[in-house]
Amino acid sequence: MLSLRKDRKLFLPYVTGGVVPQWTDHLLALQDAGADAIEVGLPFSDPMLDGAVVQRASDQAIARGATVDAILADLDRIRGDLRVPLIAFTYTNLVERRGADRFCAMLREHGFGGLILPDLPVDEAGPVLAAAGDLDLVQLAAPATPPDRLERICATSRGFVYAVSVMGVTGERDTLTAEAYGLAGRLKALTDLPVLLGFGISGREQARQAGAVADGVAVGAAVMRRILDGATPADLGTLATEIRAGLDSAQV
Amino acid sequence: MEADAKGHFGVFGGRYVPEALIAALDELDAHFRKAMGDPEFTGEFQRMLRDYAGTPSMLYDATRLSAEAGARILLKREDLNHTGAHKVRNVLGQALLTKRMGKGRVIAETGAGQHGVASATAAAYLDLECVVYMGEVDTERQALNVARMKMLGATVIPVKHGSRTLKDAINEALRDWVTNVDNTHYLLGTAAGPHPFPTMVRDFVSGIGFEAREQCREKTGALPDAVAACIGGGSNAIGLFHAFVPDDSVRIYGFEAGGDGFDTGRHASSITAGQTGVLHGARTYLLQDEDGQTIESHSISAGLDYPAVGPEHAYLNDIGRVTYEPVTDAEAMDAFALLCRTEGIIPAIESAHALAGALRIVPALRADLVREPTIIVNLSGRGDKDMHTAGAYFGLFEKGSTV
Repeated sequence: MLSLRKDRKLFLPYVTGGVVPQWTDHLLALQDAGADAIEVGLPFSDPMLDGAVVQRASDQAIARGATVDAILADLDRIRGDLRVPLIAFTYTNLVERRGADRFCAMLREHGFGGLILPDLPVDEAGPVLAAAGDLDLVQLAAPATPPDRLERICATSRGFVYAVSVMGVTGERDTLTAEAYGLAGRLKALTDLPVLLGFGISGREQARQAGAVADGVAVGAAVMRRILDGATPADLGTLATEIRAGLDSAQV
Repeated sequence: MEADAKGHFGVFGGRYVPEALIAALDELDAHFRKAMGDPEFTGEFQRMLRDYAGTPSMLYDATRLSAEAGARILLKREDLNHTGAHKVRNVLGQALLTKRMGKGRVIAETGAGQHGVASATAAAYLDLECVVYMGEVDTERQALNVARMKMLGATVIPVKHGSRTLKDAINEALRDWVTNVDNTHYLLGTAAGPHPFPTMVRDFVSGIGFEAREQCREKTGALPDAVAACIGGGSNAIGLFHAFVPDDSVRIYGFEAGGDGFDTGRHASSITAGQTGVLHGARTYLLQDEDGQTIESHSISAGLDYPAVGPEHAYLNDIGRVTYEPVTDAEAMDAFALLCRTEGIIPAIESAHALAGALRIVPALRADLVREPTIIVNLSGRGDKDMHTAGAYFGLFEKGSTV
């Protein structure tokens, strides 16, 4: 079960598990700089919804030997220092391979509160939902999603609703689009769950804009580009502080 | 065999794609169903298949090969179609549907380049913009096909991520589609992917089997005892099998790429050696490691070199209607040489897998039927594209060589 704060706009950074040897230091730096929860990517060989940056991070992590077991073991070592909830972000085949029951139980045992599967639309989610228990299976909505599906997605989602801000893949973009505002607005009218905007949020200004229409942001490529370029945990802390400031300055 | 309303063949198939694509897949499904019930669409499709692609393809009595095989072998000559393979049926159907949907751009993935060339051909014929994604490794291996696509007016984009082969080209095409779905149709090259692709591609290529069934009855007065096809993604096979699935007396065989041999781990036998998984939008059989990462496949035949398979095949395997077996590179190349020498036909190496498998099943079939069996083999493509591979395999480029 994800317990997310209600007293401020939410910041959910994404880090690909095992992308570099000290990747958990990045997690702790993001937590200290104002993250409200952290998405941990369990890398997949064929990440069809990821843009170039997260693909490269996934390839690099797999090449480094970042199996699911190795990533969970790394996380266990910092468990005492983690105060924010963890959300697994991966693709359906990793769940299928172990079986939904075993996979969800494993995530729960290792302290995860939520799960995001970007290639599992609500129509196919039944078996994972049945296995999830306390693990919140977060549903995604897209700008092209018609109204009746939005209702179904909101009714099914747990933890929050992930509003995909663009028709496209993960990656940094310069501005928040009109379709992102529109989608966030439609979702807010349908659900009491937090609505988080993701895909393309890369800095303070977009975080401020997103915070005005949604309950927070998920930020992946902007984090991963820096990690791939050799950023230190302190460098990531700077990015996180900027995004936190953008969210905190949002005019609702 | 029909999928349920959401595209499931038993536990296989379905739609495992980003939410952003669901509306487009619904739209495609609706257009497809309506088009197939509209005589204007089906009439134009049949006209194109006849006047442009050159179908129905012949069912050819391969008498010299039959004498060698100990069975009556009938070859479905898809190699004689325009562009040299069964694939032209699929691309013409999807390109015509693209026009009907009012979209002006198609994207396609390609491994060795055959589907890319077919897509570029259909796009030129129907005046559509065409972008082909091709793994960087493959663009280097298949420079001639890259030139063909460009000659036909297509843009070829090398894919530089992952293993830089077919599966990564599909990933990249899916990413393009998510981004440009308003004006773009994804012209998927095989009977795989999210619903409605497995059903749609099958229906567009199912003329192979319906033609062969009638041709066989005219020629022999009966249905065949068995039909055989090679399986990569599985479009030529499902195109042949579909008409025969209800015929209980007809045995159906699919031959997967066994590569260097089953025990070497270097093969593309996803049904025989894979486990259930989700890749490229469908639940199916998949070559994968313990975490669920896809394993790279290996085959001498680029067209069969794919780590998964269309979901309807996974289902036909599970219900026992079709027998799937691997055929090694060496077995396929022996059959390749045999067909060249007995019939003067150079087959695609893909199709040589079907032939090798058919030759293998003859003794058991004879024993069971207590007579000479009749077997239809889908000669899904011609072998001109494979002469570089075959030449190297048989040492033809060495001075003074003989096979």
